[in-house]
Amino acid sequence: MTKNEIFPKMSEAIVAGDRDAARSLAEDAVRSGLDLLEVIEQGYLPGIQKVGDLWERGEYFLPELISSAEAMKAAMAVLDPELNRKGVGTRMSGKVVIGTIEGDIHDIGKNLVASMLQAGGFEVFDLGADVKLDRFIDKAEEVGAGMICLSALLTTTMMNQRRFITLLRDRGLRDKYKVLVGGAPASRKWAEEIGADGYAENAVAAVKLARSLAGRP
Amino acid sequence: MIETRKPKLELLAPALVEQIVDEGLTLLERHGVLVENAEAAGLLAEAGAAVDRASGQVRIGRKLVRDCLATTPSHVTLYDRTGGRSFEVGGDEVHFDPGSAAVTMLDHTTQSERKATTGDLVAFYKLVETLEHLHFQSTGLIASDVPSPVADCFRLYAGLCLSEKPFVTGTFRVEGFRPMRDLLAAVRGGESELKSKPLAIFDACPSPPLKWSHLTAQSLIDAARAGIPSELISMGMTGATSPITIAGTLVQHVAENLAGLVICQLASPGSPVIFGGSPSSFDMRKGTTPMGAIETMMIDAGYAQIGKHLKLPTHAYMALSDAKVNDPQAGFETALGAVLAALAGVNVVSGPGMLDFESCQSLEKLVIDDGICAMVYRLLEGIAQRDDPVALGTFEGFVPGMSFLTHPHTRRWYRTEHIPAGLVDRDPFEAWVAAGRTSIVDKAHTDVARRLAAYAAPPLRVEVRKELDRIMASYGRASGAGLGPSTEF
Repeated sequence: MTKNEIFPKMSEAIVAGDRDAARSLAEDAVRSGLDLLEVIEQGYLPGIQKVGDLWERGEYFLPELISSAEAMKAAMAVLDPELNRKGVGTRMSGKVVIGTIEGDIHDIGKNLVASMLQAGGFEVFDLGADVKLDRFIDKAEEVGAGMICLSALLTTTMMNQRRFITLLRDRGLRDKYKVLVGGAPASRKWAEEIGADGYAENAVAAVKLARSLAGRP
Repeated sequence: MIETRKPKLELLAPALVEQIVDEGLTLLERHGVLVENAEAAGLLAEAGAAVDRASGQVRIGRKLVRDCLATTPSHVTLYDRTGGRSFEVGGDEVHFDPGSAAVTMLDHTTQSERKATTGDLVAFYKLVETLEHLHFQSTGLIASDVPSPVADCFRLYAGLCLSEKPFVTGTFRVEGFRPMRDLLAAVRGGESELKSKPLAIFDACPSPPLKWSHLTAQSLIDAARAGIPSELISMGMTGATSPITIAGTLVQHVAENLAGLVICQLASPGSPVIFGGSPSSFDMRKGTTPMGAIETMMIDAGYAQIGKHLKLPTHAYMALSDAKVNDPQAGFETALGAVLAALAGVNVVSGPGMLDFESCQSLEKLVIDDGICAMVYRLLEGIAQRDDPVALGTFEGFVPGMSFLTHPHTRRWYRTEHIPAGLVDRDPFEAWVAAGRTSIVDKAHTDVARRLAAYAAPPLRVEVRKELDRIMASYGRASGAGLGPSTEF
């Protein structure tokens, strides 16, 4: 298949949330020796962007968002090792550490953001739920992340987002990382109040924000 | 006289009830539940369940479930603080209690939410004490000025000092159970007195899908051994933590609750259990759990019907709203839920006063919702024959244009047949304008103040009060928390 034939199919597979099609098209691309960065940028990413538009228009909901993100992951599972093997390095917009903050076990929203960030071109380190503040920092230092994303669903655990910023400052690391906060009780005002770098109210907005903070379009 | 029919709602075809129960039992056999409590797992293993010690996964055979159902009482009697007034929790008897546990109050003046304090807890208990149609209290607020290690015990302590009504409550920590039980036993005058006259229900929620945590399984065991009814609160969220279909969520609900029931019966055969829940539709746009969604109410009515089929008392989170203020949404979500709960015969309905996804309480809403409950109780009374013949006697001496206003029959029956309007507006338009165009929320606000001023603490024997104080202070010390604000109530 030529690029003009395969790229639209890749995008469609993402929009349809078709994991198998996304994977097998990626395998075809590898076999055909296509430029894999182009495959991602012009084949798959347009699909994710379309999904974001459909969400914004109120035509796509969480189930579609999640399966599209999973389809993207399936494609990347084929393409990432190839890119690494060729020493191209990932197309990554950057490394992100994400988790639900200490004391809080809610993770559906956070999981979705993690998937969408991954689909959107970030290398994501998802620490899960009830993550101690230190662990966010330790992991970010370990992998050289640029961004730390904190989710909280309760007004009580949300306070830990403020504590986290203080902790970063105390360690002299505040300027090293972009800190994004999210979760039902959070808001733009809250992010400003605690000195976070940003707030996003849903996964699609989170990816947009992360990309702009990472200096990507 | 022809017997009055009690209005009744049954959404599920009997064959579907049976299939859902059957699949719930199959789930327990095939996949089982994760039980994160060694004592519970031990009880289950001893009873023949297949326990994987490493993972905590427990598969329960249907014979064990059926044997445990056979020893579970089909109804529970709660008694008030005096022990003199009783409430049947079973059959189709309906009792409302305030939704729990809120972390914020809706402040009427600012129309926004603020953290709940001990002062709010006191006002809440006093107000609910005066609300005739809320038969039970709940420890419905978490006071932010109380140290968290003693939060669960403190709210029960305050409630027992201020109110005579039975309580719906629960533990936040395993350690909280003992002092809370001691408080209840102190009121009754002993642990065995508490067992014969239960004063409180302890709520426990499995974690969907198919898990009982250390804390909640421990609550089941401890409550069962103390003779305290456990209210099992399965809370799947459709398409997120339980199957997307209502019927599918009902299957998981059955499995989770029956696993809890088994733990209760193994800890203490014959212990009282209430088949309850707080499941919901999951909003696929906002990722929130709307308690006011019609699908949520249908799930509740569905599992209540199943609970009755299993001959168990039932409970549900209904008669509440996800609105953030007392607006039309708050009104219709609460009213729909209250009516459906009552028609479904849910025995304990937790909800009045509640807003914002079970996180906020409003004093004004409690008053308005009490009015909704009044309407619901009238509905449950049905249409009675009243007279034999029904109306022919009333028409004796009929003349065209006769008015019934002066008829002795009217005077005889009007107060029985029709409930008072309460806060509901029934003014003609001009009168409503002349009175200041007051909304029901504003009227409720005035009524809150009136009720709080009229509240008189129901008498409590001095030695009982001293014992409650002693238990609370001792637990406060033992937990290292110290005690919150002054216990001035």
